[in-house]
Amino acid sequence: MSAEPSPQSPWQAATITRIEKRTPRVTSFWFQPSRPFVHLAGQHVDVRLTAPDGYQARRSYSIASAPGGGVELAIERLDDGEVSPFFHDVAAVGDEIELRGPLGGHFIWEESDGGPVLLVGGGSGVVPLMAMVRHRMLGNTAVPVALVFSARVWDEVIFRDELIGLDDRRDGFDLVLTLTREPARRPSDYSRRIDARMMAQAVERLPKAPKLAYVCGSNAFVSAAADALIGAGVPAGTIRTERYGV
Amino acid sequence: MVTRGFFSGRRPPSDTDARIPPGQYLEQGFPVLSAGPTPRVRTEDWSFTLKQGPRPIKKWNWAEFNALPQSKMTRDIHCVTAWTKFNTPWQGVMIDDILADAGIEPPTAYTLALSFDGYSTNVPTKDLVTGKAMVALLYEGKPITPDHGGPARLLVPHLYFWKSAKWVNGLQFTERDEPGFWELRGYHMYGDPWREQRYSSDP
Ligand SMILES: Cc1cc2nc3c(=O)[nH]c(=O)nc-3n(C[C@H](O)[C@H](O)[C@H](O)COP(=O)(O)OP(=O)(O)OC[C@H]3O[C@@H](n4cnc5c(N)ncnc54)[C@H](O)[C@@H]3O)c2cc1C
Repeated sequence: MSAEPSPQSPWQAATITRIEKRTPRVTSFWFQPSRPFVHLAGQHVDVRLTAPDGYQARRSYSIASAPGGGVELAIERLDDGEVSPFFHDVAAVGDEIELRGPLGGHFIWEESDGGPVLLVGGGSGVVPLMAMVRHRMLGNTAVPVALVFSARVWDEVIFRDELIGLDDRRDGFDLVLTLTREPARRPSDYSRRIDARMMAQAVERLPKAPKLAYVCGSNAFVSAAADALIGAGVPAGTIRTERYGV
Repeated sequence: MVTRGFFSGRRPPSDTDARIPPGQYLEQGFPVLSAGPTPRVRTEDWSFTLKQGPRPIKKWNWAEFNALPQSKMTRDIHCVTAWTKFNTPWQGVMIDDILADAGIEPPTAYTLALSFDGYSTNVPTKDLVTGKAMVALLYEGKPITPDHGGPARLLVPHLYFWKSAKWVNGLQFTERDEPGFWELRGYHMYGDPWREQRYSSDP
C-alpha cells in the first residue's frame, strides 16, 4: 500500500486512530491525516475507498470536531449502503483511508460571523453543527447559540451526554431535543417533527432574532425545517442549508 | 491506494461504465442540493432577463417565455456530490432560441446564470450555445418542482450539476470569467465531470 500521495494530488492517506460507537447506528472515527490541516466548523471531507481492481467509491462526511481538534467523522450506518457499512463492519484502528479536504465554503460558522445562531439538525445532520457548538465552547465566546436536534428516539441522540453537559453550563448555549418516536425526556424537549411553532419557540430562546440559521440533515428534513423557519419569520437570506442527499 | 477490506461495492454493469465519469456512482433517485431554503416562485411573478453586464437586453414573462420554441433533451447528469443519473428527460427553451428571440449573437465569451434566490454560477458562453444547454421548464413531462429548481432551471448537462442553476431568472453576459456563488466558495470555475473538476484546487 503506497501511503505517499503524489505531490499534486489533493487526496492523502489518513490513519484511523480511534473508533467509538456513539449510538446503535452511528460510530465516530478519528483520523490522523499524513498532511495535517485545519478546518472550519461546518466543513466536510471527501473519503475515497479503492478496491483491488481499481473500483472506487467516494462519499462526503462532515467533520464533527472543532477546528484544531483533529478530524472526527461520525458515520451513520445505512444497512444497504456501500460506504457506511464498510466503516462500521470493516474499518479498524491503524487502517489507512484516503481523504481530501477540508471542503465547503458556505455551510461554515466562524466566531467572527457572530450571532445569535440557530442550529437545526436531523439525525446525522447534527455532525457539522456539533463542530460549531464545540468551536463556540473552545473559543469561550458569549455568542448565543440554540441547537434544535431531531432524532427518532433518545438512544439515537448523537453526542447526547456532551450536548446535555454543555446545555447545563447555561452559558448561552441552549439545547432542544425533539424525539419523533418517543415521549420527550426533558422539560424543554418536544416529541414531534419540527414545525413552525417549534421554530418560533426556539427563536424566542435567543436574546434576539438569529443572525444566522444552519439546517442540516436528509433532504426531506432540510426542506421541512427550512420551511418551518421561514414560517416562524426567519428571513430566507439568513438560512444556510446542507443536504445529505436522498 | 487500495483500501484494506474494500472489495466490491455497488459496481455498475460494465456496459454503463463508459457513461459514468471518474469518482461518480449511479443513482436511481434524484437527490437535491442547494445552499438555502427552497424559494417558491409563482409563475405570475416569474420573469427571465438577458443582460449584458448591468444592461438589460430583453425580458420575458412566464407566458412569453413559454411561447418560445421548446425542445427536449434527455441527458445523463452528474452531481459534484458524486451521483450520476442516467437519461433525465427535460423540456424547455434552448439558449440558442432565447438569443434568436432577442435578435442577438452571444456578445461576450462568459456568462453568469442568475437565480431568484441570489445564487449565481458562471459558464463559458460557448458551453450554453449550439444545442448544449436550455432553460428547462418540464422534467419527465411535468412542471419542475420547487426543490428541483422550478418553475425554471438552467440545464447544462455536460458540466457538474451545480452549474445548472435552479430558479433561474436570467443570464448575464460578462467580459471576464466571474466566479458565481459556489465558485467563490471553493468549487471549480469550469466543472467538467470527465476531468473531475470538482473543487478549485483540481486542475
Ligand atoms: C456534505 C455532506 C456531508 C455529509 N456528512 C455526513 C455525516 O457527517 N455523517 C453521515 O453519516 N453521512 C453524511 N453524509 C452522507 C454520506 O455522504 C453518504 O451519503 C452516506 O454515508 C450513505 O453512503 P453509503 O455509501 O453508505 O450509502 P449509498 O450506497 O450511497 O446508499 C444510500 C442509500 O441509497 C440507497 N441506494 C443507493 N443505491 C441504490 C440502488 N442502486 N438500489 C437501491 N437502493 C439504493 C441505499 O439503500 C441507501 O439507503 C454527508 C453527505 C454530504 C453531501
